[in-house]
Amino acid sequence: MNDIYDGLVSAFWLVVTLDADLLEISLRSLQVSLSALVIASAIALPLGTFLAIRRFRYRRLTISVLNALMGLPPVVVGLIVYILLSRSGPFGVLGLLFTPTAMIIAQVIIITPLIASITHQAMRELWAEYHDLLISLNTSGWQRIKTLIWDGRRNLLTASLAGFGRGIGEVGAIMIVGGNIDNATRVLTTAIALETGKGDFALALALGFVLIALAIGINISIHWLSRTEREGRW
Amino acid sequence: MIPRILAVLAALTLGMAALAEEMKMAVTTSFENSGLADVLLPAIKEDLGLDVQLLVVGTGQALRLGQAGDVDAILVHSRAAEEAFLVEGYGTHRREIMYNDFVLIGPAADPAGIAEAGSAIDALRRIGTAEPAFVSRGDDSGTHKKERALWAEAGLSPDTFGAWYREVGAGMGASLNTAAGLDAYILADRASWLNFGNKGGLALLYAGDPALFNQYAFLAVNPERHPHVRNDLAVQLENWLTGPRAAELINGYTINGETLFIFNAKSQ
Repeated sequence: MNDIYDGLVSAFWLVVTLDADLLEISLRSLQVSLSALVIASAIALPLGTFLAIRRFRYRRLTISVLNALMGLPPVVVGLIVYILLSRSGPFGVLGLLFTPTAMIIAQVIIITPLIASITHQAMRELWAEYHDLLISLNTSGWQRIKTLIWDGRRNLLTASLAGFGRGIGEVGAIMIVGGNIDNATRVLTTAIALETGKGDFALALALGFVLIALAIGINISIHWLSRTEREGRW
Repeated sequence: MIPRILAVLAALTLGMAALAEEMKMAVTTSFENSGLADVLLPAIKEDLGLDVQLLVVGTGQALRLGQAGDVDAILVHSRAAEEAFLVEGYGTHRREIMYNDFVLIGPAADPAGIAEAGSAIDALRRIGTAEPAFVSRGDDSGTHKKERALWAEAGLSPDTFGAWYREVGAGMGASLNTAAGLDAYILADRASWLNFGNKGGLALLYAGDPALFNQYAFLAVNPERHPHVRNDLAVQLENWLTGPRAAELINGYTINGETLFIFNAKSQ
């Protein structure tokens, strides 16, 4: 129990003194996870909506696979991305292994199925409501997707935030593809793993508390921002 | 939108690379945990203007990274594995830099009585007879290879051991955490042990036998095998690591007044 108290105290001092290392790794955590979130959302939101409104032959199978991929083990994703990006792998010439870009790629793969799956669940209900209206207006497929995404944006926010949560707290994949290099690819979660390895539990916990505070802060600020919108259907 | 984001990301990573000369070196967890890297890296940056990015892994993975050409050089401590690496043509040559030593850690009460052992082999035989909890790295690292070699010299095979012998498959620090939790014996390098913050009921029980000698060597990845590696930077780094400034910093590095590493590079 003492360790937790020590952790809280050192977290407080790290934040109050604006520790330069802490600032750097926190910003890198945000940079990686927010970039991954933007890219994954750009893929997953239209994909999830498309699956909700379109009927095609292997739809049921596609949705089942997507749901199963929500539980994709990060460490396996990390290993596969690592092998693909390694100098002796197919994308080795790009020299991306052990860079923040590699970490973003791994996180996009991990969180896209999660966001797409939650989007699909939310959109299915909205589509039931909008179905007759949008069909009678003779809208194109892309127009329907756009309308649903806009009118269901609050649900989609939840989907994206779930993806962000999984991304920023993830350690298995980014440890493998990022390598936890000081001043280059070290983020909060990998730093926590490192400090635990050194037996410095107070510092590890302090970083953990900073990570939790960061995740809460991002969630609160996004919800606060979205409440300022008055138009549309809530 | 996505191509634009990717372009920005690519520009960011490329932009960072252009700022200073950078090279990647795979090092063992025991080297990083010792804290010596925090002394050497700033000095290297100062003297050579070179950012050395460390990938902290076990010796087994460090050698794999070198084989794949994902790093420019490696600094490891497992002679047999290093020589195999050279024979297969993945490295140009092997240069010895410094050594430290392994120590046997265990519960302060010492149920196996290894503190009175006459040699490291004798200490392991005593553990093999008493069968107290023993934590092994189990990750094919230099320390793990050393431990296996010592068991073999003692005429014992860890594969036949019972449940008291636990392979955790983790780095030095994580393994020490496990040993502290189980009150178990463990073979560790002295530097990691001195820097370790969660000693619990463990104590240093046996050290000093030359059989526990731990030689670190620097190997540059062969540019003929991987044309993209920065062999020019690796050579610069090797010259620095074997030079007088490195000797002074390595020999002068202490934790709680104890010297950890002894510089023994030969000038060519």
